[in-house]
Amino acid sequence: MKTTPYDKLENIQDALAKCMKCGNCMAVCPVYLTEKEEGAYARGKLSIAEAILKGELDLKDEDVHEKLFNCLVCTSCMQNCPCGVDVSKIMLSLRAALVRETGLHPIKKIIFGALKNQPLFDKAMKAGAAFQWMGLRKLPGNAGYEPRFTMGLSIKRIFPGLAATPFRDQAPELIKAENRKMKVSFFTGCAFNYIFPDVAWDVVDVLKENDVEIAIPKEQQCCGIAVFAHGDLESARELARQNIDVMEKTGADYIVTACGSCGESWQHGFSELLSEDPLYGPKAEYWKSRTYDISTFLTKVIEYKNPEGFVEATVTYHDPCHLKKVMKVFTEPRTILNAIPGVTLKEMAKPDACCGSGGSYTITHLETSMAITGRKMDDIRKTGADGVITGCPGCMMQLSEGLANSGQDHVATHYISLLARSYREARKSKTEEIKHAA
Amino acid sequence: MLDTAIIKRLEDIVGCGNVLTKKADLVTYSYDATADMPSQLPDVVVMPATSAAVQKIVMLAKEKNLTIYPRGAGTNLSGGTIPLKKGIVLSFQKMDKILEVDQENLTATVQAGVIIQALNDAVAPYGLIYPPDPGTVTTATMGGSVSECAGGLRGLKYGVTKHYIMGMEVVLASGEIFRFGGKTVKNVTAYDFASLFVGSEGTLGIITEIIAKLIPPPKFRKAMLASFKRIEDAGNTVTGIIKAYVIPATLEIMDKMTIQTVENYAKVGLPTDAEAVLLIEVDGGAQQLVDSEAEAVLKVIKENNGEVKIAQSDAERDQLWAARRAALPALAQLSPTTVLEDATVPRNRITEMLVAVQKIAEKYQLKIGTFGHAGDGNLHPTILADARNKEEMERVHQAVDEIFVAALKLGGTLSGEHGIGMAKMKYLKSELGESGLNLMRRVKEALDPDYMLNPAKMVPVRGS
Repeated sequence: MKTTPYDKLENIQDALAKCMKCGNCMAVCPVYLTEKEEGAYARGKLSIAEAILKGELDLKDEDVHEKLFNCLVCTSCMQNCPCGVDVSKIMLSLRAALVRETGLHPIKKIIFGALKNQPLFDKAMKAGAAFQWMGLRKLPGNAGYEPRFTMGLSIKRIFPGLAATPFRDQAPELIKAENRKMKVSFFTGCAFNYIFPDVAWDVVDVLKENDVEIAIPKEQQCCGIAVFAHGDLESARELARQNIDVMEKTGADYIVTACGSCGESWQHGFSELLSEDPLYGPKAEYWKSRTYDISTFLTKVIEYKNPEGFVEATVTYHDPCHLKKVMKVFTEPRTILNAIPGVTLKEMAKPDACCGSGGSYTITHLETSMAITGRKMDDIRKTGADGVITGCPGCMMQLSEGLANSGQDHVATHYISLLARSYREARKSKTEEIKHAA
Repeated sequence: MLDTAIIKRLEDIVGCGNVLTKKADLVTYSYDATADMPSQLPDVVVMPATSAAVQKIVMLAKEKNLTIYPRGAGTNLSGGTIPLKKGIVLSFQKMDKILEVDQENLTATVQAGVIIQALNDAVAPYGLIYPPDPGTVTTATMGGSVSECAGGLRGLKYGVTKHYIMGMEVVLASGEIFRFGGKTVKNVTAYDFASLFVGSEGTLGIITEIIAKLIPPPKFRKAMLASFKRIEDAGNTVTGIIKAYVIPATLEIMDKMTIQTVENYAKVGLPTDAEAVLLIEVDGGAQQLVDSEAEAVLKVIKENNGEVKIAQSDAERDQLWAARRAALPALAQLSPTTVLEDATVPRNRITEMLVAVQKIAEKYQLKIGTFGHAGDGNLHPTILADARNKEEMERVHQAVDEIFVAALKLGGTLSGEHGIGMAKMKYLKSELGESGLNLMRRVKEALDPDYMLNPAKMVPVRGS
């Protein structure tokens, strides 16, 4: 299985030839809009790829390396491309080729190695939770943590805290439904497991309310999107296969995700990675069509219970890149928000402009990342909304940090948490009604 | 590679972060949006933020005998920004401040690197627009579009870039800064320098600041799509509408090849059995006026055996427009290389031009889709090819040659809105003659005797 462009760089030729250099991608690239240099956005990066294939530039050249990693892989360019160039495939193929030639950066090697070893990764994250107070100072309320030491960073970072007990340690592996409609497997992803277990519980709550039986297998792994994005194909494939095995065992009808990156992996990444794998390729294809973001699952697969509980909030919705641009999920979260009594949705300008997170991009390219977030914060402020809703934990972290940095005193919330709150309110008022009656 | 002392001086002028010398960066300034052009790496890319910096760079280039290639967003279609003779690429992407919006004089003063759409966004709160709307409106810079005299979809009624430029600041090849024009509607002081610099493609001076005219947008509009079984009927409709004294804001045409490709790509409900469709939009300040113009257009369409669909809502209008906007992307999807021409003829010869292009396509066995601004006689024959296929590209070049011959024979011109750059330089003589070329050279040498600015574009470098 060595014929994908990820495995053989020459195979990106046809994809590259499609680019007609019109530059339309310039208008929407968050990195270009910040740095204003040709090498920052897709057209420039594709011309660098052409030069590499022609032997005019060396893939191992440090400057080339820098260009290849100065990309959020948000795929905004692809939405604006008249020629349908698969920029994401080209970028990830280049990164994979680079790793083949120069090996993985030693630090990445340690981290990605740990990701593949779920018990070790789990232990590391738990240790992180126990000791985070040493390096981080908790901010008032739920705003997160700020570093006690500046660590040489130019901008004050605010990190979300790690949960004392990860979600999958809290949750049972099977949550039965009384009037079972169907069974889903909840692919939690790392962020919900280690950082936002409350949101994961909201997902469970909403599914329970809709009589869906939920499997939450403990040995599910990281989806591997960051590993894939950094060119470590071997680890990414191993994670994909392990995840497929784990999910298969649950006997679920569908996989449900609440994270754009995890959902993208199941809907796109795994089948890309395993396309030439005779055993796992077909399995990846199978789950590709059976994985849904929870909002799609609720509104299109089942007829979800109408939210009746009142939640007073004026909110604006940020479209996570992978959720909208890869999974094409953008109407469903809005449908849900608009259905909740008391919720007013005020759209911001460019709701689908990238928030600047890009997974590890925000760590490796701090200044550009925070400048991108800064523009988002301006758009959010202009709506006058008192809450920012989104559909991906990566965006939640980035947006919350941006909100704190820009002096806006709220945190980003997942849309599922609003729905869960509405259901809870409805249950509460029903209980009260019964009490009154008694 | 330039002398490090020169790089150091450039860094002193614009700051370290605004001078690029790494090969990985230079590669990304070696081309523009023009298909089938050679590329060349510049020696250095410099990104100034002020006119004073531009002036200092010009003085340095003059002293060191370096060429300068001014560059906006590099979205032009004439090879106009490719740094053929290396030297300095002067990128205006960071010089992008909107300096003033003057609601009383209906003007905006902008730095050259301002994106056209950014200007429109900035003047929208005042209820104003800047009408020139080339296809690259969200990426192209004001400096670049002024240098190319960019056109667009509403040229017929609202004119093109040159009709909206009231003044400029230009850094001359001598290093002098020259300002002319201003906010007055009338100005006949000295030569009409706006006419000289608009469309000069960076060969006569470096535009650093622009005073642009703004207008209030039309309040009412009506869009319709007319389809025809014969190209002649479509052509006669175009001239018939103008003869009825209706000037539509938009009068666009798509030929059969384009219609079928767009329909296949975007499924917007175009009639695939039609030989041509026209997208027509009339607009104005009063509903009654727009209605009566639409009536007149409908009458002409009917007389010419056209079938018409009128947009009843904004959503339907958007759908009609989506079909037109999909023309280039749809065609571009069919093959890796898209050669987009813009030969232009008087509008009453549009039928003949469309037929001529179809014959050329047959002769050279090429796929050519033609769409464009019928009301302006400005067609975009779009040749679909693969630059990796040498034999096919040879046929493309012959077809392009013949397209230009056909346009000139019909009393037309080489380029309606893309410019000459390096792509069409060799055809100039057939339109302008020897005396025209000599005049071009004299103008060039009067302003830029050393061929420092965008050399080998528009006017061949003397001796080469």
